[in-house]
Amino acid sequence: MSRTKNILSVIFISLMLLMLSTSPAFAAGAIEVFKGNRFIDLTIMNVLFLFIVGFIGGLVSGFIGSGGAFVLTPGMMSLGVPGAVAVASNMAHKFPKAMIGSYKRYKYGQVDLKLGLVMAVSAIVGVQLGIKVQQYISHMWGAAGSNLYVSFSFVLVLITVGGYVFYDAWRIQKTGGVEGTASLAQRLQKINIPPMMHFKKANLTISMWFTVPVGLATGLLAATIAVGGFIGVPGMMYVIGASSLVASATELVVAFLMGLTGSIQWGLVGMIDIRLTLIILAGSLFGVQLGALGTTYVKEHMIKVVMGSIMLVVAVSRGFAIPEYTNQLGLTSVADQSVQLMSNISFVIMVFALGMGAIIILTSMFKAMRNKTPEAEVGAGELEKAVN
Amino acid sequence: MAKKRVKVQKKPYLKVIVLGLLSVALYVAIFTNEVFVRETWAKGGAYTALPILTVFIISFVYGSFANYVFVVLGLEAKKR
Repeated sequence: MSRTKNILSVIFISLMLLMLSTSPAFAAGAIEVFKGNRFIDLTIMNVLFLFIVGFIGGLVSGFIGSGGAFVLTPGMMSLGVPGAVAVASNMAHKFPKAMIGSYKRYKYGQVDLKLGLVMAVSAIVGVQLGIKVQQYISHMWGAAGSNLYVSFSFVLVLITVGGYVFYDAWRIQKTGGVEGTASLAQRLQKINIPPMMHFKKANLTISMWFTVPVGLATGLLAATIAVGGFIGVPGMMYVIGASSLVASATELVVAFLMGLTGSIQWGLVGMIDIRLTLIILAGSLFGVQLGALGTTYVKEHMIKVVMGSIMLVVAVSRGFAIPEYTNQLGLTSVADQSVQLMSNISFVIMVFALGMGAIIILTSMFKAMRNKTPEAEVGAGELEKAVN
Repeated sequence: MAKKRVKVQKKPYLKVIVLGLLSVALYVAIFTNEVFVRETWAKGGAYTALPILTVFIISFVYGSFANYVFVVLGLEAKKR
């Protein structure tokens, strides 16, 4: 027990040191990115938009462990918020939302804290790697090259990983809704390369050399497309071998630690617009708790259904954004009006993806609530009978 | 006739009201001083503590409020 505590302390301290050591470079980069007026005027429509997207994003992330950022950041930018402020304000809402979500799911017995910490530390290293890759691409091919790389990664990762998650969910549904450990994870768990790590709640033992790369990939993707969970959750399910319930709940711990370190870094350069953060939070703190609650009612594979569906629709959305960047690089010559139209379609599809995820969650959750055998009600009924 | 009593769990109405009022007070305090808050909270450096602390406080107060709202509405986790 004390050994575990020591390991957790070392992980936490290294996380903090890593964050402090990377702050100056991050700050320099952020200041370079920032241009123009930081603060937009708040209108009723802006507030409503942020609140509603906050709620839906919270609902989805409480359920699948991530989501919302892919709509919130471009959404804020479309309201006139500078890119860096949109990313920073979104991140400052993400970590408290993930904290509340992970606390709820911890209470439901779904979180593997040790796996979350290992994943978070490696993901933070992955973020730094991702920033380096971005800087290199930006240096070589400019902003358009960087945007094209982001969109291309988005489409590639979401179609391959999202497609597999969706296929797996469909397969489980067809075979009666019982989830087993992925065959790749089973094979990896048998390979004994020290140090081996045991994760109690996930109920598995696997080499650190297979666990850390999943965290690194999560961070790399978080730095590229801002939704690390789209690789973190499938990675924990298919490479490490955690159940979808444990993987999605543990991802919230990763999101909390990554979000906290990122928010401190953005805060140091004054990029957080606290007003936007608090409005989003007002919606998402309700949403995340409802999403977490939903996981206790639905069958486990519903997490995969929601995640796979969202990833595939978001991939389509990002596909529509690609011509803008290929035009800028001189690779294509699509008319400006068409590019603008495709950009708008891309955003609408992204909003649709989030809305669709929320509808699947709410429908399956309320359906399961209606069909459940209400233990409390049965108990009360029996008590009443006994009294009579 | 014997008195029949079935133990019914009390709903946390008082907690909802207190935490709800506290949440509204926090939001009103911040948004009525919008210009001061947005500028000061985004000064960078040591002022980073302000946005971080603010979201933590809001999370605890407003997050607990949201939790009790669900309890009052009868939306509670199913025991597996």
